[in-house]
Amino acid sequence: MYEGAVQDLIDELGRLPGVGPKSAQRIAFHLLQADPADVERLAHALTEVKARVRFCEVCFNVSEAERCRICSDDRRDRTAICVVEEPKDVVAIERTREFRGRYHVLGGAISPIDGIGPQDLKVRELLTRLADGTVTEVIIATDPNLEGEATASYLSRMLRDVGVQRVTRLASGLPVGGDLEYADEVTLGRAFEGRRLLDA
Amino acid sequence: MPLYRDEAIVLRTHKLGEADRIVTVLSRRLGKLRMVGKGVRRTKSRFGARLEPGMHIDVQCYEGRNLDTVTQVETLDSWGETISRDYRSWTSAVAVLETCDRLTEEREPALQQYLLLSGALRAMAERDHDAGLVLDAYLLRAMAIGGYAPSFHDCAKCGAPGPHRAFHVAAGGVVCPVCRPPGSAAPAPETLRLLAALLAGDWAPADASDDRHRHEGSGLTAAFLQWHLERGIRSLRMVER
Repeated sequence: MYEGAVQDLIDELGRLPGVGPKSAQRIAFHLLQADPADVERLAHALTEVKARVRFCEVCFNVSEAERCRICSDDRRDRTAICVVEEPKDVVAIERTREFRGRYHVLGGAISPIDGIGPQDLKVRELLTRLADGTVTEVIIATDPNLEGEATASYLSRMLRDVGVQRVTRLASGLPVGGDLEYADEVTLGRAFEGRRLLDA
Repeated sequence: MPLYRDEAIVLRTHKLGEADRIVTVLSRRLGKLRMVGKGVRRTKSRFGARLEPGMHIDVQCYEGRNLDTVTQVETLDSWGETISRDYRSWTSAVAVLETCDRLTEEREPALQQYLLLSGALRAMAERDHDAGLVLDAYLLRAMAIGGYAPSFHDCAKCGAPGPHRAFHVAAGGVVCPVCRPPGSAAPAPETLRLLAALLAGDWAPADASDDRHRHEGSGLTAAFLQWHLERGIRSLRMVER
């Protein structure tokens, strides 16, 4: 146990995800030894992120304005929406430069065991966005785990009921750069399901 | 026993750190176990897909001080993956898995619970019966194995031969007019016959039952389960019937 401010800092750092007591202590002592200007910059970044960042009113991605950069970009395709669980998934898909449509962030996946149902996600808001009929394709890009799959099957049922023309799910399959023999049965099975014709 | 291997069913998972998961399984020989799957959330993980809820696996672990570490996994049946494609069945399967987690203790062998769980998940994956019926049959039989078998014919208090009309959760099932506590429910006789069939595994009358009686039976089963477990099963509220 340390005195006053040092212990307070260790306790606060220890509350962060993935930071245990030892790591918290290490970070605290790193900050103590750091240049005061660096520490000031870190403290400023922490307060600024809470003060300025909010959720986009349209897609619920993180944003500094009422609408995020993607929703306010008129060059993005209005007819396609990609549904993801978290804002970090938007960044992952943007890095591919394959998708030019817009996004909708659900804020998680349906997880009955954790008490998270469809009403706790931004599903109603998604249906509202689809009401005017502009969107012709919804791409469901929830995580490729069972909660993500179940959320996708729930969404696809809802979207068909409201008359969306095309509901698609991101393909699952073999990772690039791996050996086939190491693939698990579920992944390999899905790779077979989603196989495609090779051009002659 | 630093290294061990057993057949198991994944009950639930929790995220741990950057890319790991704590996986709770019910194993055939050793009962409920908690283990760490290292790096299983990475897309290149060799066994991440096998350590998902509802998967029937052959797992090898290294025994640790607090949690064991998964070293190898093979899929025996991908029930979880099959069930997750149908949202309605999946909500029932999650309720089955959560109940099993509550009814079993860590490192206490529970072969009967294991066999019952594997039967329920297989039935849901193969769509042998309606998922809601499989869930109720599982809940009733899991409680019976746990020592809380409800009575749907003879009086649960005095044993007077039935059939009786009144049902009381705290009394343990149907009660005769003499033993009937205040506040007892009066379900339809068909509902009580359906619940008795589910408890006995008599599927022909259960499959032929009406939605109205299934709905009433589900309510009684859920109330009975939650009263005896003294805690709510969160996923039961989200089951799509």
